[in-house]
Amino acid sequence: MDVGLLYSRIRPDEKLLLSELRERGHEVHKVDVREATFGLDAPPEPLDDCDVVLDRCMATSRSKYASRFMAHYDVPVVNSPETARVCADKVETTLALSQAGIPTPETTVAFTRDSALEAIEAFGYPCVLKPVVGSWGRLMAKIESRSAAEAVLEHKETLGHYEHSVFYVQQFVEKPGRDLRVLTVDGEPVAAMSRSSDHWLTNAATGAETDALAIDDEVERLAREASAAVGGGLLGVDLMELDSGGYTVHEVNHTVEFKALNAAVDVDVAAKVVDWLEANVASQTASMGVEA
Amino acid sequence: MTEADCVTCGAAVALPDDAEVGEIVDCGGCGTELEVIGVDPAELAEAPDLAEDWGE
Repeated sequence: MDVGLLYSRIRPDEKLLLSELRERGHEVHKVDVREATFGLDAPPEPLDDCDVVLDRCMATSRSKYASRFMAHYDVPVVNSPETARVCADKVETTLALSQAGIPTPETTVAFTRDSALEAIEAFGYPCVLKPVVGSWGRLMAKIESRSAAEAVLEHKETLGHYEHSVFYVQQFVEKPGRDLRVLTVDGEPVAAMSRSSDHWLTNAATGAETDALAIDDEVERLAREASAAVGGGLLGVDLMELDSGGYTVHEVNHTVEFKALNAAVDVDVAAKVVDWLEANVASQTASMGVEA
Repeated sequence: MTEADCVTCGAAVALPDDAEVGEIVDCGGCGTELEVIGVDPAELAEAPDLAEDWGE
């Protein structure tokens, strides 16, 4: 098959995918979105002849628009623009998970410093203030006192982009020093890992220690439901274990990185992803009545 | 192994055999993050700074 790859940086994750695709004889067309332009009538060459396009843009803003344009051109794109839209914004993700009845941390959104402070006081301390767009644990604040809340809110409002005045306040979940990442393809779990750290942030990007995780029935069910709630596709579903038992889903990532997961588990993650892409393209071709 | 010059300090930077355009490598001499902008011949540019909306 012909596979388009939208990117602005080739991370180890993209290299794993490129290598797997090429080893299987697929033609890969890399398109640097910093150089491409997107008009109304046709996709940038050579994406119009692709069976599927992978959106691997590292910048969320580019990912949202590039995937939207692919759908506009009727070029199959992974992930869909709807999935990108929901996952790119923590407010949208939280609403989608809540709408689907999936346990997710209690969250309040406020639009001014005063109302955000009120929301923080209502949660009590500690609680968490997150940017609505962002990743890798950056700009996350664990708020432990009113004076810290006042300072962080003032900084966000004064120094930040307008999106930083959408104050996303969330309960602080006491997790057992780790959170869980499940990589899914249309809800089907491929592999999972735990990410452990002494720090309250346990992102792999912040240096958390990763270990393979056996997926229990509850984690699988929640990963499937979270995937469906945000529109499906190739996703990284993040969960935390609760003291009271059970889990809460706090994030779903739509341009999921899997280098750390691949190193932690015995599964060849890139191979599983390419298996899924091949099956998707075959099924799409069959449904169009075209010879695969 | 291919090499290209660091655009900041001029040191020779070794690229992996499977280097890809768009990949990031670090200069062992000055630590600058460099983007591979060509593989045949190998060419490097200073990598863009981290942007706020980058991630997964």
